[in-house]
Amino acid sequence: MGPLSDDGLVQLLDVDGTRVADPDWEPYASHLTPEALRVFWRLMTLTRTFDAEATSLQRQGELGLWVSCLGQEGAQIGSGTAIREPDYVFPSYREHGVALTRNVDLPQMLTLFRGLEHGSWDPAKHSFHLYTLVIGAHTLHATGYAIAMDKDGLVGSGSPENDGAVICYFGDGATSQGDVNESFVFAAVNNAPLVFFVQNNQFAISEPTTRQSRVTLAQRADGFGIPRVRVDGNDVIAVHAVTQWALRHARSGQGPVLIEAFTYRMAAHTTSDDATRYRTRAEEEKWRQRDPIDRLEKHLQQLGQLPDEFRTAVEAEAKALGKRTRETVKAWERPPLLSMFDHVYAEPHAQVEAERAWFDRYQQSFIDEGSHA
Amino acid sequence: MTDTHHRVPAATEQESAVRTMTMAGAINAGLRAAMERDPKVLLMGEDVGQLGGVFRVTDGLHKDFGGDRVIDTPLAESGIVGTSIGMAMRGYRPVVEIQFDGFIFPAFNQITTQLAKMHYRSHGSIQLPVVIRVPFAGNIGAIEHHSESIEALFAHTAGLRICSPATPQDAFDMIQQSIFAPDPVIFLEPKARYWDKGDVDTDAVRTRLDAAAATADIGRARVARPGTDVTVVAYGPTVRTALQVADVAAGEGTSVEVVDLRSISPLDAATVIRSAKRTGRVIVVHEAPTAHGVGAELAARIGEEAFFHLKAPVMRVGGFHMPYPPSKFEHEYLPNLDRVLDAVDRVMAH
Repeated sequence: MGPLSDDGLVQLLDVDGTRVADPDWEPYASHLTPEALRVFWRLMTLTRTFDAEATSLQRQGELGLWVSCLGQEGAQIGSGTAIREPDYVFPSYREHGVALTRNVDLPQMLTLFRGLEHGSWDPAKHSFHLYTLVIGAHTLHATGYAIAMDKDGLVGSGSPENDGAVICYFGDGATSQGDVNESFVFAAVNNAPLVFFVQNNQFAISEPTTRQSRVTLAQRADGFGIPRVRVDGNDVIAVHAVTQWALRHARSGQGPVLIEAFTYRMAAHTTSDDATRYRTRAEEEKWRQRDPIDRLEKHLQQLGQLPDEFRTAVEAEAKALGKRTRETVKAWERPPLLSMFDHVYAEPHAQVEAERAWFDRYQQSFIDEGSHA
Repeated sequence: MTDTHHRVPAATEQESAVRTMTMAGAINAGLRAAMERDPKVLLMGEDVGQLGGVFRVTDGLHKDFGGDRVIDTPLAESGIVGTSIGMAMRGYRPVVEIQFDGFIFPAFNQITTQLAKMHYRSHGSIQLPVVIRVPFAGNIGAIEHHSESIEALFAHTAGLRICSPATPQDAFDMIQQSIFAPDPVIFLEPKARYWDKGDVDTDAVRTRLDAAAATADIGRARVARPGTDVTVVAYGPTVRTALQVADVAAGEGTSVEVVDLRSISPLDAATVIRSAKRTGRVIVVHEAPTAHGVGAELAARIGEEAFFHLKAPVMRVGGFHMPYPPSKFEHEYLPNLDRVLDAVDRVMAH
């Protein structure tokens, strides 16, 4: 089985939108009513709309960069909807769909990409850590956080409704990083309540997974003694089911799990990348046939559970989100210049204070000159 | 404090609470006091548990506080620092040990791109009170990678505090102040001074820790010995050398003032500049290579702020621009007594 193989994937919904019987995983999806599936469809649709709007804003020069999650909505909404309080999420930098499930305001996320700040939301409020741009560095933070949750008695407490776990997202390229492998070691030997969620979107910028591994990314877990599961990442129902299982496993005190969600990044790595240099239109077309939103849409239609009024309402909501995203981004003004000196340290630091004071005087000198003119 | 009056036989000693300790013993006692003060203080690192650390700085703490608070970690420096970040995010105060200075580099990324910047990019909503203890600098006859001076590499990174004690008293006080500081601290333990003994008042720091912003004290330099002709600025392992220089120079009729920086970031430049204005001659002594180093920073600041008080250019005495040499060469590589005295002669000749 090679790294690009899609053999052995957990699947509960095939590409035609038909439910697949799987007695092992069905129990973790059996609670999904048509209404819950409509919520998935709605969240995936909103994520895609927001993503497209952000891409446009970057093209118009309003954002410095954008990292699209186009095509990965199934992996993100499927897993994100399995998270609950008091779980905690450590995203990479492409988890806009997961952010939506954590009630992060999507337009507000763009301050990072607009160059106004390095972190856009309050992590504690959303149980959703800031994006981390250094590949894989956050997997260790997630591990330490999970170990601390265990210390705090939040894991395997005997009352499962109160238990928590950490879920940490990263990509296929990250699995080559030392930090990710160290996090596997630390999580395993400490039996940390941690779900490693690899979105294998098959490219680390231009490099295919075959440049990262000779085995499936799921198999990486074996050497660390971590249970693993490989899932069709474009099947939102299957992703939800395996994440439900993995989080319950971790919350109950049974230790870490690795999920490989096999998916595909339909856009380029970022808006600075040219995907036509390293992949074919035929390949993209093949994956377009496996689109996670279309697939669930077909299923809901088969069930007769996607009424026009619902679809119209979501379309209107998406349109409004796009408009609000545009207007929010364009309305932003740069905060006062001196604020760039804030929060370098928690307590005053002589160097920062001296430079802040100098810069203030320097700025002030122009204002004084102006007043003389 | 109050019940010491009832301990009749040792009442006087208890009240003064002054004990003679080695620097390693003082750090150990400081760690113990911090762990007693706050159950969120955890020790982590390779061999810090049952072995008590390769320098025995954590000796006995595993036995008394258990494996949940004195944690033997996998052999992975990035992992040690990275997981400490996650634990600090949940309110713990991890004190991690990097076994030797030269092995901190696998953790360099976590320290500089993550630990140092999280507070800034979270707009202050995430504080990371992590202390990274590093046995640092040379002069113990060790082999490669066991004698590095890494302070400038970290001082160049905003978001970190870097300090180094030169006495057992400072070691005892500063380790506790570092642990209870809200910012990450790189705590550099001059390993050649681990066995130096000194009197330690174990009560004084407690009062300061009870006060607000007590941790700011770790950023202040001290005049270790007053003098009038030349200022020698040192920190960590070179403070003792500087004091020896002052002794010898006094015999030759030159009065040397020794300033112990204690903190490298923030740099207490004001104390140094005051001294520079008094003496007009400054020599900065550190083990790290002089090129692009802490001495260069100080020389530039003195030049900017005390130029017209100077009688001689600011001199630096430190390591050369080379990998730390094999230990049979380290006596000459390091700023030893002769090299610093030579610098004293040169500034006095102006």
